[in-house]
Amino acid sequence: MEPINWVYTDRVLEHFMRPKNILINEDSYNEDGRGVTGNIKCGDQMIVVIKVDKQKEIITDCKWKTFGCASAIASTSALSEMVKGMRLEDAFNISSKDIEKQLGGLPEHKIHCSVLGDKALREAINDYYERNNMKDKVHRQEARIVCKCMNVTDAEIEHAVLEGARTFYELQEMTKVSTVCGECKDEVVGLLEAYKNKHFCSAG
Amino acid sequence: MDPKRIYLDHNATTPLHPEVKKSMVDVMEVFGNPSSMHGYGRQARQHVEAARDIVAGFIGASADEVMFVGSGSEGNNTVLSIMTCQCRKCAFCAKGGKGVITTSIEHPCILETSKCLREKGVDVTIVDVDRYGKVDMDQLRDSITDNTGIVSVMMANNEIGTIQDIKAIAAIVHERGALFHTDAVQAVGKIPVDVKGLDVDFLTLSGHKLYGPKGVGALYVKKGVAFCPLIRGGHQERGRRAGTENTIGIVGLGKAIKMRALEMADEEKRLLEMKKVLRKGIEDTIPDVHFTGHPRDCLAGTLNVSFDGAEGEAILLYLDLEGIAVSTGSACASGSLDPSHVILAVGLPAECAHGSIRISLGRQNTMSDVQYVLDTLPGVIGRIRGMSTAYARRQ
Repeated sequence: MEPINWVYTDRVLEHFMRPKNILINEDSYNEDGRGVTGNIKCGDQMIVVIKVDKQKEIITDCKWKTFGCASAIASTSALSEMVKGMRLEDAFNISSKDIEKQLGGLPEHKIHCSVLGDKALREAINDYYERNNMKDKVHRQEARIVCKCMNVTDAEIEHAVLEGARTFYELQEMTKVSTVCGECKDEVVGLLEAYKNKHFCSAG
Repeated sequence: MDPKRIYLDHNATTPLHPEVKKSMVDVMEVFGNPSSMHGYGRQARQHVEAARDIVAGFIGASADEVMFVGSGSEGNNTVLSIMTCQCRKCAFCAKGGKGVITTSIEHPCILETSKCLREKGVDVTIVDVDRYGKVDMDQLRDSITDNTGIVSVMMANNEIGTIQDIKAIAAIVHERGALFHTDAVQAVGKIPVDVKGLDVDFLTLSGHKLYGPKGVGALYVKKGVAFCPLIRGGHQERGRRAGTENTIGIVGLGKAIKMRALEMADEEKRLLEMKKVLRKGIEDTIPDVHFTGHPRDCLAGTLNVSFDGAEGEAILLYLDLEGIAVSTGSACASGSLDPSHVILAVGLPAECAHGSIRISLGRQNTMSDVQYVLDTLPGVIGRIRGMSTAYARRQ
Protein backbone atom coordinates (compact mmCIF):
# COMPACT_ATOMS: atom_id res chain seq x y z
CA MET A 1 0.00 0.00 0.00
CA GLU A 2 1.42 3.36 -1.02
CA PRO A 3 0.70 5.83 1.75
CA ILE A 4 -0.88 9.21 1.09
CA ASN A 5 1.02 12.38 2.05
CA TRP A 6 3.93 10.41 3.41
CA VAL A 7 6.24 12.09 5.91
CA TYR A 8 9.28 12.11 3.62
CA THR A 9 9.83 12.29 -0.14
CA ASP A 10 8.81 9.52 -2.55
CA ARG A 11 12.44 8.54 -3.01
CA VAL A 12 12.88 8.13 0.73
CA LEU A 13 9.72 6.02 0.74
CA GLU A 14 11.02 3.86 -2.09
CA HIS A 15 14.31 3.18 -0.27
CA PHE A 16 12.49 2.66 3.04
CA MET A 17 10.05 0.16 1.56
CA ARG A 18 12.69 -1.66 -0.44
CA PRO A 19 16.10 -0.96 1.08
CA LYS A 20 18.95 -1.90 -1.24
CA ASN A 21 22.20 -3.69 -0.35
CA ILE A 22 21.58 -4.69 3.24
CA LEU A 23 24.51 -6.55 4.75
CA ILE A 24 22.95 -9.89 5.54
CA ASN A 25 25.75 -12.36 6.10
CA GLU A 26 28.33 -10.22 7.76
CA ASP A 27 30.79 -13.04 8.43
CA SER A 28 30.92 -14.39 4.90
CA TYR A 29 30.97 -11.04 3.09
CA ASN A 30 34.78 -10.67 3.01
CA GLU A 31 34.81 -6.94 2.66
CA ASP A 32 37.85 -4.95 1.55
CA GLY A 33 37.01 -2.06 3.84
CA ARG A 34 34.70 -1.48 6.77
CA GLY A 35 33.51 1.68 8.53
CA VAL A 36 31.36 2.17 11.61
CA THR A 37 29.88 5.41 12.82
CA GLY A 38 27.14 6.77 15.07
CA ASN A 39 26.04 6.10 18.55
CA ILE A 40 23.15 3.97 19.72
CA LYS A 41 22.45 6.30 22.63
CA CYS A 42 21.55 8.96 20.12
CA GLY A 43 19.41 6.56 18.16
CA ASP A 44 21.52 5.97 15.07
CA GLN A 45 24.43 3.66 14.38
CA MET A 46 25.77 2.44 11.08
CA ILE A 47 28.14 -0.05 9.44
CA VAL A 48 29.22 0.32 5.81
CA VAL A 49 31.36 -2.31 4.06
CA ILE A 50 32.84 -2.10 0.55
CA LYS A 51 34.48 -4.33 -2.03
CA VAL A 52 37.08 -2.74 -4.24
CA ASP A 53 38.54 -3.48 -7.68
CA LYS A 54 42.13 -3.07 -6.62
CA GLN A 55 43.49 -2.42 -10.12
CA LYS A 56 41.07 0.34 -10.97
CA GLU A 57 40.48 1.53 -7.39
CA ILE A 58 36.76 1.39 -8.01
CA ILE A 59 34.09 0.38 -5.52
CA THR A 60 32.40 -2.73 -6.90
CA ASP A 61 30.00 -3.41 -4.06
CA CYS A 62 28.71 -1.68 -0.96
CA LYS A 63 26.56 -3.08 1.80
CA TRP A 64 25.32 -1.65 5.11
CA LYS A 65 23.44 -2.08 8.35
CA THR A 66 21.93 0.49 10.65
CA PHE A 67 20.11 0.95 13.92
CA GLY A 68 18.14 3.97 12.87
CA CYS A 69 15.01 5.68 11.74
CA ALA A 70 13.40 5.72 8.29
CA SER A 71 15.68 8.42 6.91
CA ALA A 72 18.77 6.61 8.24
CA ILE A 73 17.65 3.47 6.42
CA ALA A 74 16.75 5.32 3.23
CA SER A 75 19.84 7.51 3.12
CA THR A 76 22.21 4.59 3.56
CA SER A 77 20.34 2.57 1.00
CA ALA A 78 20.62 5.46 -1.47
CA LEU A 79 24.32 5.90 -0.75
CA SER A 80 25.01 2.20 -1.33
CA GLU A 81 23.54 2.57 -4.81
CA MET A 82 25.40 5.80 -5.55
CA VAL A 83 28.89 4.48 -4.83
CA LYS A 84 28.88 1.31 -6.90
CA GLY A 85 31.28 1.80 -9.79
CA MET A 86 32.63 4.97 -8.30
CA ARG A 87 36.34 5.71 -7.93
CA LEU A 88 37.52 5.61 -4.33
CA GLU A 89 38.60 9.25 -4.39
CA ASP A 90 35.22 10.40 -5.68
CA ALA A 91 33.33 8.25 -3.21
CA PHE A 92 35.45 9.74 -0.45
CA ASN A 93 34.13 13.18 -1.32
CA ILE A 94 30.43 12.34 -1.11
CA SER A 95 28.81 14.59 1.47
CA SER A 96 25.59 14.27 3.42
CA LYS A 97 24.26 17.05 1.18
CA ASP A 98 24.85 14.84 -1.89
CA ILE A 99 22.89 12.02 -0.27
CA GLU A 100 20.13 14.38 0.71
CA LYS A 101 19.93 15.61 -2.89
CA GLN A 102 19.73 12.02 -4.09
CA LEU A 103 16.69 11.51 -1.84
CA GLY A 104 14.94 14.65 -3.03
CA GLY A 105 15.43 16.36 0.31
CA LEU A 106 15.10 15.57 4.00
CA PRO A 107 13.81 17.64 6.91
CA GLU A 108 16.60 19.82 8.28
CA HIS A 109 16.59 18.17 11.72
CA LYS A 110 17.07 14.75 10.12
CA ILE A 111 20.21 15.48 8.11
CA HIS A 112 22.75 15.71 10.89
CA CYS A 113 21.44 12.82 12.95
CA SER A 114 20.42 10.29 10.36
CA VAL A 115 22.64 10.85 7.33
CA LEU A 116 25.71 9.07 8.62
CA GLY A 117 26.44 6.89 5.61
CA ASP A 118 29.01 9.26 4.11
CA LYS A 119 30.99 9.23 7.36
CA ALA A 120 30.86 5.44 7.58
CA LEU A 121 31.87 5.19 3.93
CA ARG A 122 34.93 7.41 4.43
CA GLU A 123 35.91 5.20 7.34
CA ALA A 124 35.49 2.13 5.10
CA ILE A 125 37.66 3.66 2.38
CA ASN A 126 40.37 4.59 4.89
CA ASP A 127 40.16 1.07 6.26
CA TYR A 128 40.74 -0.27 2.72
CA TYR A 129 43.82 1.91 2.29
CA GLU A 130 45.15 0.78 5.64
CA ARG A 131 44.61 -2.88 4.87
CA ASN A 132 46.45 -2.48 1.56
CA ASN A 133 49.48 -0.64 2.81
CA MET A 134 48.47 2.66 1.27
CA LYS A 135 48.74 4.62 4.47
CA ASP A 136 49.73 7.71 2.51
CA LYS A 137 46.25 7.78 1.02
CA VAL A 138 44.47 7.54 4.34
CA HIS A 139 42.60 10.74 4.76
CA ARG A 140 41.30 10.90 8.25
CA GLN A 141 39.97 14.40 8.15
CA GLU A 142 41.74 15.89 11.00
CA ALA A 143 38.17 16.22 12.03
CA ARG A 144 37.44 14.92 15.45
CA ILE A 145 33.94 14.33 16.75
CA VAL A 146 33.17 16.96 19.36
CA CYS A 147 29.48 16.29 19.86
CA LYS A 148 29.02 12.57 20.31
CA CYS A 149 25.24 12.72 20.28
CA MET A 150 24.90 14.51 16.96
CA ASN A 151 28.24 13.40 15.48
CA VAL A 152 29.40 16.94 14.84
CA THR A 153 33.11 17.34 14.21
CA ASP A 154 35.39 20.25 14.83
CA ALA A 155 35.73 20.58 11.04
CA GLU A 156 31.98 21.04 10.74
CA ILE A 157 32.03 23.67 13.45
CA GLU A 158 34.82 25.49 11.58
CA HIS A 159 32.82 25.22 8.39
CA ALA A 160 29.73 26.66 10.11
CA VAL A 161 31.77 29.57 11.41
CA LEU A 162 32.99 30.21 7.87
CA GLU A 163 29.37 30.06 6.74
CA GLY A 164 28.40 32.76 9.19
CA ALA A 165 27.74 31.25 12.63
CA ARG A 166 28.88 33.71 15.27
CA THR A 167 27.08 32.57 18.41
CA PHE A 168 26.60 29.26 20.17
CA TYR A 169 22.91 29.45 19.32
CA GLU A 170 23.64 29.96 15.62
CA LEU A 171 26.07 27.04 15.72
CA GLN A 172 23.35 24.87 17.24
CA GLU A 173 20.93 25.99 14.57
CA MET A 174 23.33 25.22 11.75
CA THR A 175 25.00 22.03 12.93
CA LYS A 176 22.73 20.77 15.73
CA VAL A 177 25.88 20.59 17.83
CA SER A 178 25.28 20.24 21.57
CA THR A 179 21.52 19.93 21.24
CA VAL A 180 21.07 16.59 22.99
CA CYS A 181 23.04 16.02 26.19
CA GLY A 182 24.90 19.31 26.25
CA GLU A 183 28.10 17.77 27.59
CA CYS A 184 30.24 19.30 24.86
CA LYS A 185 28.94 22.85 25.28
CA ASP A 186 32.05 24.32 26.91
CA GLU A 187 34.30 22.79 24.30
CA VAL A 188 32.06 24.01 21.48
CA VAL A 189 32.05 27.54 22.86
CA GLY A 190 35.85 27.40 23.02
CA LEU A 191 36.09 26.17 19.43
CA LEU A 192 33.67 28.84 18.27
CA GLU A 193 35.88 31.55 19.72
CA ALA A 194 39.02 29.94 18.34
CA TYR A 195 37.64 29.68 14.79
CA LYS A 196 36.24 33.21 14.93
CA ASN A 197 39.69 34.42 15.92
CA LYS A 198 41.39 32.27 13.31
CA HIS A 199 39.29 33.47 10.40
CA PHE A 200 37.87 36.84 11.29
CA CYS A 201 40.08 38.51 13.83
CA SER A 202 42.00 41.36 12.23
CA ALA A 203 45.28 40.69 13.91
CA GLY A 204 47.27 43.80 14.76
CA MET B 1 -10.97 -3.50 -1.61
CA ASP B 2 -10.03 -0.81 0.84
CA PRO B 3 -6.66 -1.41 2.41
CA LYS B 4 -6.85 -2.49 6.02
CA ARG B 5 -6.46 0.37 8.51
CA ILE B 6 -6.32 -0.17 12.24
CA TYR B 7 -6.11 2.69 14.68
CA LEU B 8 -4.15 1.81 17.84
CA ASP B 9 -3.20 5.27 19.02
CA HIS B 10 -6.08 6.20 21.31
CA ASN B 11 -3.82 7.83 23.89
CA ALA B 12 -2.88 10.37 21.22
CA THR B 13 -6.48 11.09 20.33
CA THR B 14 -9.75 9.28 19.80
CA PRO B 15 -12.33 9.36 17.02
CA LEU B 16 -15.60 11.10 17.86
CA HIS B 17 -18.21 8.80 19.32
CA PRO B 18 -21.10 8.74 16.81
CA GLU B 19 -23.45 10.00 19.53
CA VAL B 20 -21.07 12.87 20.24
CA LYS B 21 -20.94 13.82 16.60
CA LYS B 22 -24.74 13.81 16.49
CA SER B 23 -25.03 16.04 19.57
CA MET B 24 -22.56 18.52 18.07
CA VAL B 25 -24.35 18.62 14.74
CA ASP B 26 -27.63 19.17 16.55
CA VAL B 27 -26.28 22.16 18.44
CA MET B 28 -24.31 23.63 15.54
CA GLU B 29 -26.89 26.29 14.82
CA VAL B 30 -27.14 27.41 18.42
CA PHE B 31 -24.97 30.45 17.89
CA GLY B 32 -26.02 32.73 20.74
CA ASN B 33 -23.40 34.01 23.13
CA PRO B 34 -24.02 32.18 26.40
CA SER B 35 -23.38 35.44 28.22
CA SER B 36 -26.22 37.26 26.43
CA MET B 37 -29.41 37.80 28.38
CA HIS B 38 -31.75 37.41 25.41
CA GLY B 39 -33.31 34.20 24.20
CA TYR B 40 -30.44 33.26 21.87
CA GLY B 41 -27.97 33.62 24.69
CA ARG B 42 -30.10 31.78 27.20
CA GLN B 43 -30.51 28.89 24.79
CA ALA B 44 -26.74 28.53 24.42
CA ARG B 45 -26.24 28.95 28.16
CA GLN B 46 -28.63 26.10 28.79
CA HIS B 47 -26.55 23.76 26.61
CA VAL B 48 -23.30 24.81 28.29
CA GLU B 49 -24.67 24.34 31.79
CA ALA B 50 -26.23 20.98 30.94
CA ALA B 51 -22.81 19.80 29.80
CA ARG B 52 -21.21 21.21 32.95
CA ASP B 53 -23.63 19.20 35.08
CA ILE B 54 -22.68 16.01 33.25
CA VAL B 55 -18.93 16.61 33.58
CA ALA B 56 -19.24 17.54 37.25
CA GLY B 57 -21.43 14.54 38.00
CA PHE B 58 -19.01 12.14 36.34
CA ILE B 59 -16.07 13.17 38.52
CA GLY B 60 -18.04 13.73 41.73
CA ALA B 61 -17.75 17.52 41.70
CA SER B 62 -20.41 20.17 41.95
CA ALA B 63 -21.13 22.19 38.81
CA ASP B 64 -19.59 25.41 40.10
CA GLU B 65 -16.28 23.58 40.59
CA VAL B 66 -15.94 22.76 36.89
CA MET B 67 -14.62 25.30 34.39
CA PHE B 68 -14.29 24.67 30.68
CA VAL B 69 -10.92 25.28 29.04
CA GLY B 70 -9.53 24.96 25.53
CA SER B 71 -7.42 21.84 26.11
CA GLY B 72 -5.78 19.66 28.70
CA SER B 73 -2.60 21.65 28.18
CA GLU B 74 -4.43 24.88 28.94
CA GLY B 75 -5.89 23.41 32.11
CA ASN B 76 -2.44 22.30 33.28
CA ASN B 77 -0.84 25.61 32.37
CA THR B 78 -3.58 27.46 34.22
CA VAL B 79 -2.95 25.57 37.44
CA LEU B 80 0.83 25.98 37.38
CA SER B 81 0.65 29.62 36.38
CA ILE B 82 -1.07 30.38 39.68
CA MET B 83 2.38 30.02 41.23
CA THR B 84 3.63 33.21 39.59
CA CYS B 85 0.51 35.23 40.26
CA GLN B 86 1.40 38.68 41.49
CA CYS B 87 -1.97 40.32 41.16
CA ARG B 88 -1.99 40.96 44.92
CA LYS B 89 -5.73 40.64 44.90
CA CYS B 90 -6.36 36.93 44.73
CA ALA B 91 -6.35 34.63 47.71
CA PHE B 92 -3.30 32.91 46.37
CA CYS B 93 -1.10 35.97 46.50
CA ALA B 94 -1.67 36.14 50.24
CA LYS B 95 -0.32 32.63 50.62
CA GLY B 96 3.34 31.97 51.19
CA GLY B 97 4.25 28.80 49.35
CA LYS B 98 4.98 29.15 45.67
CA GLY B 99 7.23 26.20 44.96
CA VAL B 100 6.20 23.49 42.51
CA ILE B 101 6.79 19.77 42.85
CA THR B 102 6.07 17.42 39.99
CA THR B 103 7.37 14.15 38.55
CA SER B 104 9.78 13.09 35.85
CA ILE B 105 7.10 11.41 33.72
CA GLU B 106 4.59 14.23 33.39
CA HIS B 107 3.30 15.42 30.05
CA PRO B 108 5.48 18.14 28.48
CA CYS B 109 2.79 20.74 29.22
CA ILE B 110 3.59 20.25 32.91
CA LEU B 111 7.35 19.70 32.60
CA GLU B 112 8.00 22.54 30.17
CA THR B 113 5.80 24.89 32.16
CA SER B 114 7.62 23.93 35.35
CA LYS B 115 10.98 24.65 33.71
CA CYS B 116 9.64 28.00 32.57
CA LEU B 117 8.49 28.75 36.12
CA ARG B 118 11.95 27.86 37.36
CA GLU B 119 13.40 30.51 35.06
CA LYS B 120 10.99 32.97 36.64
CA GLY B 121 12.42 32.17 40.04
CA VAL B 122 9.94 29.55 41.22
CA ASP B 123 11.43 26.68 43.18
CA VAL B 124 10.76 23.53 41.10
CA THR B 125 11.45 19.96 42.22
CA ILE B 126 11.06 16.99 39.88
CA VAL B 127 10.47 13.76 41.78
CA ASP B 128 11.67 10.38 40.45
CA VAL B 129 9.60 7.34 39.59
CA ASP B 130 10.46 3.65 39.99
CA ARG B 131 10.95 1.16 37.17
CA TYR B 132 7.19 0.78 36.76
CA GLY B 133 6.62 4.50 36.64
CA LYS B 134 5.24 4.83 40.19
CA VAL B 135 6.13 8.00 42.07
CA ASP B 136 8.77 7.64 44.76
CA MET B 137 6.56 8.46 47.75
CA ASP B 138 9.39 8.96 50.22
CA GLN B 139 11.15 11.37 47.93
CA LEU B 140 7.88 13.19 47.36
CA ARG B 141 7.23 13.46 51.10
CA ASP B 142 10.74 14.74 51.74
CA SER B 143 10.52 17.27 48.93
CA ILE B 144 7.52 19.12 50.30
CA THR B 145 8.54 22.13 52.37
CA ASP B 146 6.80 25.20 53.76
CA ASN B 147 7.65 26.86 50.49
CA THR B 148 5.75 24.28 48.40
CA GLY B 149 2.68 25.82 46.81
CA ILE B 150 1.51 23.02 44.64
CA VAL B 151 2.26 19.40 43.84
CA SER B 152 1.21 18.11 40.43
CA VAL B 153 1.18 14.39 39.64
CA MET B 154 -0.50 12.86 36.61
CA MET B 155 -3.13 10.24 37.36
CA ALA B 156 -2.25 7.94 34.46
CA ASN B 157 0.76 8.18 32.20
CA ASN B 158 0.19 8.66 28.49
CA GLU B 159 3.19 6.62 27.32
CA ILE B 160 3.31 3.64 29.65
CA GLY B 161 -0.17 3.73 31.22
CA THR B 162 0.97 3.54 34.85
CA ILE B 163 -1.73 4.70 37.26
CA GLN B 164 -0.58 6.53 40.41
CA ASP B 165 -2.09 6.12 43.85
CA ILE B 166 -3.54 9.61 43.74
CA LYS B 167 -5.43 9.29 47.00
CA ALA B 168 -2.26 8.47 48.94
CA ILE B 169 -0.30 11.20 47.20
CA ALA B 170 -3.00 13.80 47.89
CA ALA B 171 -2.99 12.79 51.55
CA ILE B 172 0.78 13.30 51.81
CA VAL B 173 0.55 16.67 50.08
CA HIS B 174 -2.30 17.92 52.24
CA GLU B 175 -0.66 16.71 55.41
CA ARG B 176 2.14 19.10 54.54
CA GLY B 177 -0.20 21.96 53.74
CA ALA B 178 0.31 22.23 49.98
CA LEU B 179 -2.26 22.11 47.19
CA PHE B 180 -2.58 19.08 44.92
CA HIS B 181 -3.24 18.98 41.18
CA THR B 182 -3.61 15.89 39.05
CA ASP B 183 -3.42 15.82 35.27
CA ALA B 184 -6.12 13.21 34.64
CA VAL B 185 -6.29 13.67 30.88
CA GLN B 186 -5.47 10.00 30.24
CA ALA B 187 -7.45 8.72 33.22
CA VAL B 188 -10.92 10.31 33.05
CA GLY B 189 -13.08 8.16 30.83
CA LYS B 190 -10.85 5.12 31.33
CA ILE B 191 -10.93 4.60 35.09
CA PRO B 192 -13.44 5.82 37.70
CA VAL B 193 -12.42 9.21 39.07
CA ASP B 194 -13.99 10.82 42.12
CA VAL B 195 -12.45 14.15 43.09
CA LYS B 196 -13.94 14.10 46.57
CA GLY B 197 -12.85 10.55 47.34
CA LEU B 198 -9.35 11.24 46.03
CA ASP B 199 -9.30 14.65 47.72
CA VAL B 200 -7.63 16.61 44.95
CA ASP B 201 -7.69 20.40 44.69
CA PHE B 202 -7.32 20.63 40.91
CA LEU B 203 -7.92 18.10 38.16
CA THR B 204 -7.54 18.45 34.40
CA LEU B 205 -9.43 16.44 31.77
CA SER B 206 -9.62 16.65 28.00
CA GLY B 207 -12.41 16.02 25.49
CA HIS B 208 -10.56 14.39 22.63
CA LYS B 209 -9.03 11.62 24.75
CA LEU B 210 -12.47 10.25 25.55
CA TYR B 211 -14.17 10.23 22.13
CA GLY B 212 -15.14 13.90 22.39
CA PRO B 213 -14.00 16.83 20.27
CA LYS B 214 -10.57 18.48 20.24
CA GLY B 215 -10.14 21.99 21.55
CA VAL B 216 -12.11 21.53 24.74
CA GLY B 217 -11.30 20.31 28.21
CA ALA B 218 -12.30 20.96 31.77
CA LEU B 219 -10.54 21.98 34.95
CA TYR B 220 -11.90 21.04 38.35
CA VAL B 221 -11.08 23.59 41.04
CA LYS B 222 -12.16 22.62 44.51
CA LYS B 223 -14.49 25.09 46.16
CA GLY B 224 -12.62 27.50 48.40
CA VAL B 225 -9.19 26.81 46.88
CA ALA B 226 -7.22 29.86 45.82
CA PHE B 227 -7.35 30.44 42.09
CA CYS B 228 -6.06 32.97 39.64
CA PRO B 229 -6.99 33.01 35.95
CA LEU B 230 -4.51 32.43 33.15
CA ILE B 231 -6.70 34.08 30.53
CA ARG B 232 -8.15 37.37 31.71
CA GLY B 233 -10.58 39.86 30.34
CA GLY B 234 -14.02 38.42 30.73
CA HIS B 235 -16.43 37.21 33.33
CA GLN B 236 -16.94 33.84 31.65
CA GLU B 237 -16.53 30.70 33.74
CA ARG B 238 -17.18 32.81 36.83
CA GLY B 239 -14.29 35.07 35.98
CA ARG B 240 -11.83 32.20 35.84
CA ARG B 241 -11.34 31.88 32.12
CA ALA B 242 -12.11 34.71 29.75
CA GLY B 243 -13.32 33.93 26.25
CA THR B 244 -16.74 33.19 24.81
CA GLU B 245 -17.65 29.61 25.55
CA ASN B 246 -17.10 27.01 22.82
CA THR B 247 -20.71 25.86 22.95
CA ILE B 248 -20.44 23.12 20.32
CA GLY B 249 -17.25 21.72 21.82
CA ILE B 250 -18.62 21.86 25.34
CA VAL B 251 -21.79 20.04 24.27
CA GLY B 252 -19.59 17.41 22.60
CA LEU B 253 -17.52 17.01 25.75
CA GLY B 254 -20.66 16.62 27.83
CA LYS B 255 -22.05 14.00 25.48
CA ALA B 256 -18.72 12.16 25.33
CA ILE B 257 -18.67 11.93 29.11
CA LYS B 258 -22.27 10.79 29.19
CA MET B 259 -21.35 7.98 26.79
CA ARG B 260 -18.28 7.10 28.86
CA ALA B 261 -20.46 6.75 31.92
CA LEU B 262 -22.53 4.17 30.04
CA GLU B 263 -19.77 2.31 28.23
CA MET B 264 -16.57 2.66 30.22
CA ALA B 265 -16.79 -0.24 32.65
CA ASP B 266 -17.58 -2.95 30.10
CA GLU B 267 -15.25 -1.54 27.53
CA GLU B 268 -12.24 -1.39 29.82
CA LYS B 269 -12.71 -5.09 30.59
CA ARG B 270 -12.77 -5.80 26.87
CA LEU B 271 -9.64 -3.70 26.25
CA LEU B 272 -7.79 -5.47 29.04
CA GLU B 273 -8.62 -8.85 27.51
CA MET B 274 -7.38 -7.66 24.13
CA LYS B 275 -4.20 -6.28 25.66
CA LYS B 276 -3.49 -9.58 27.41
CA VAL B 277 -3.81 -11.47 24.12
CA LEU B 278 -1.65 -8.88 22.38
CA ARG B 279 1.05 -9.00 25.02
CA LYS B 280 1.11 -12.78 25.17
CA GLY B 281 1.19 -12.99 21.39
CA ILE B 282 4.12 -10.59 21.17
CA GLU B 283 6.01 -12.48 23.87
CA ASP B 284 5.37 -15.80 22.12
CA THR B 285 6.38 -14.71 18.63
CA ILE B 286 9.13 -12.10 19.08
CA PRO B 287 12.27 -12.60 21.14
CA ASP B 288 14.03 -9.86 23.13
CA VAL B 289 11.07 -7.63 23.89
CA HIS B 290 10.54 -5.45 26.97
CA PHE B 291 7.24 -4.19 28.31
CA THR B 292 7.21 -0.95 30.26
CA GLY B 293 4.57 0.11 32.73
CA HIS B 294 3.08 -1.18 35.95
CA PRO B 295 2.01 -4.85 35.76
CA ARG B 296 -1.25 -4.18 37.62
CA ASP B 297 -1.89 -0.44 37.95
CA CYS B 298 -1.95 0.33 34.26
CA LEU B 299 -4.53 1.68 31.84
CA ALA B 300 -6.38 -1.30 30.34
CA GLY B 301 -5.74 -0.37 26.72
CA THR B 302 -2.15 0.87 26.94
CA LEU B 303 0.80 -1.35 26.04
CA ASN B 304 4.33 0.04 25.80
CA VAL B 305 6.84 -2.32 24.28
CA SER B 306 10.38 -2.05 23.00
CA PHE B 307 12.20 -4.46 20.73
CA ASP B 308 15.95 -4.81 21.07
CA GLY B 309 17.77 -3.50 18.03
CA ALA B 310 14.74 -1.91 16.39
CA GLU B 311 14.33 1.86 16.24
CA GLY B 312 10.89 3.30 17.04
CA GLU B 313 10.28 5.53 14.06
CA ALA B 314 11.19 2.70 11.69
CA ILE B 315 8.71 0.39 13.47
CA LEU B 316 6.01 3.05 13.39
CA LEU B 317 6.46 3.75 9.68
CA TYR B 318 6.68 0.08 8.61
CA LEU B 319 3.53 -0.66 10.63
CA ASP B 320 1.89 2.38 9.01
CA LEU B 321 2.66 0.89 5.59
CA GLU B 322 0.74 -2.20 6.76
CA GLY B 323 -2.18 -0.01 7.85
CA ILE B 324 -1.48 -0.10 11.59
CA ALA B 325 -1.27 3.20 13.48
CA VAL B 326 0.78 3.21 16.70
CA SER B 327 2.99 5.82 18.30
CA THR B 328 6.54 5.98 19.53
CA GLY B 329 8.48 7.88 22.13
CA SER B 330 11.36 7.76 19.71
CA ALA B 331 13.14 11.03 19.28
CA CYS B 332 13.37 10.59 15.56
CA ALA B 333 9.62 10.62 15.13
CA SER B 334 9.06 13.71 17.23
CA GLY B 335 11.84 15.74 15.71
CA SER B 336 13.13 16.66 19.14
CA LEU B 337 15.97 14.10 19.08
CA ASP B 338 15.62 13.53 22.80
CA PRO B 339 14.49 10.00 23.45
CA SER B 340 11.32 9.50 25.47
CA HIS B 341 11.74 11.15 28.88
CA VAL B 342 9.27 8.67 30.32
CA ILE B 343 11.19 5.59 29.21
CA LEU B 344 14.45 7.13 30.43
CA ALA B 345 12.80 8.07 33.74
CA VAL B 346 11.80 4.48 34.48
CA GLY B 347 15.45 3.57 34.07
CA LEU B 348 15.55 1.83 30.72
CA PRO B 349 18.62 2.41 28.55
CA ALA B 350 18.49 5.07 25.84
CA GLU B 351 18.44 2.31 23.24
CA CYS B 352 15.03 1.20 24.57
CA ALA B 353 13.84 4.77 24.69
CA HIS B 354 14.67 5.06 21.00
CA GLY B 355 12.91 1.80 20.24
CA SER B 356 9.71 1.82 22.22
CA ILE B 357 6.29 1.87 20.66
CA ARG B 358 2.99 2.52 22.34
CA ILE B 359 -0.09 0.59 21.36
CA SER B 360 -3.24 2.14 22.81
CA LEU B 361 -6.49 0.31 22.20
CA GLY B 362 -9.92 1.87 22.05
CA ARG B 363 -13.61 1.26 21.71
CA GLN B 364 -13.61 0.38 18.02
CA ASN B 365 -10.83 -2.20 18.22
CA THR B 366 -11.67 -5.87 18.05
CA MET B 367 -9.86 -9.13 18.67
CA SER B 368 -9.37 -9.44 14.91
CA ASP B 369 -7.41 -6.17 14.96
CA VAL B 370 -5.21 -7.68 17.65
CA GLN B 371 -4.73 -10.76 15.50
CA TYR B 372 -3.77 -8.63 12.50
CA VAL B 373 -1.13 -6.87 14.60
CA LEU B 374 0.18 -10.21 15.81
CA ASP B 375 0.33 -11.46 12.22
CA THR B 376 2.16 -8.34 11.04
CA LEU B 377 4.49 -7.29 13.85
CA PRO B 378 6.95 -10.23 13.87
CA GLY B 379 7.71 -9.65 10.18
CA VAL B 380 8.26 -5.94 10.67
CA ILE B 381 10.53 -6.41 13.67
CA GLY B 382 12.42 -9.22 11.94
CA ARG B 383 12.95 -7.03 8.93
CA ILE B 384 14.27 -4.09 10.95
CA ARG B 385 16.49 -6.34 13.04
CA GLY B 386 17.82 -7.89 9.84
CA MET B 387 19.36 -4.56 8.93
CA SER B 388 20.19 -3.44 12.46
CA THR B 389 23.71 -3.02 13.78
CA ALA B 390 22.34 -3.15 17.30
CA TYR B 391 20.71 -6.54 16.97
CA ALA B 392 23.46 -8.34 15.06
CA ARG B 393 25.91 -7.26 17.71
CA ARG B 394 23.91 -9.02 20.36
CA GLN B 395 23.72 -12.43 18.66
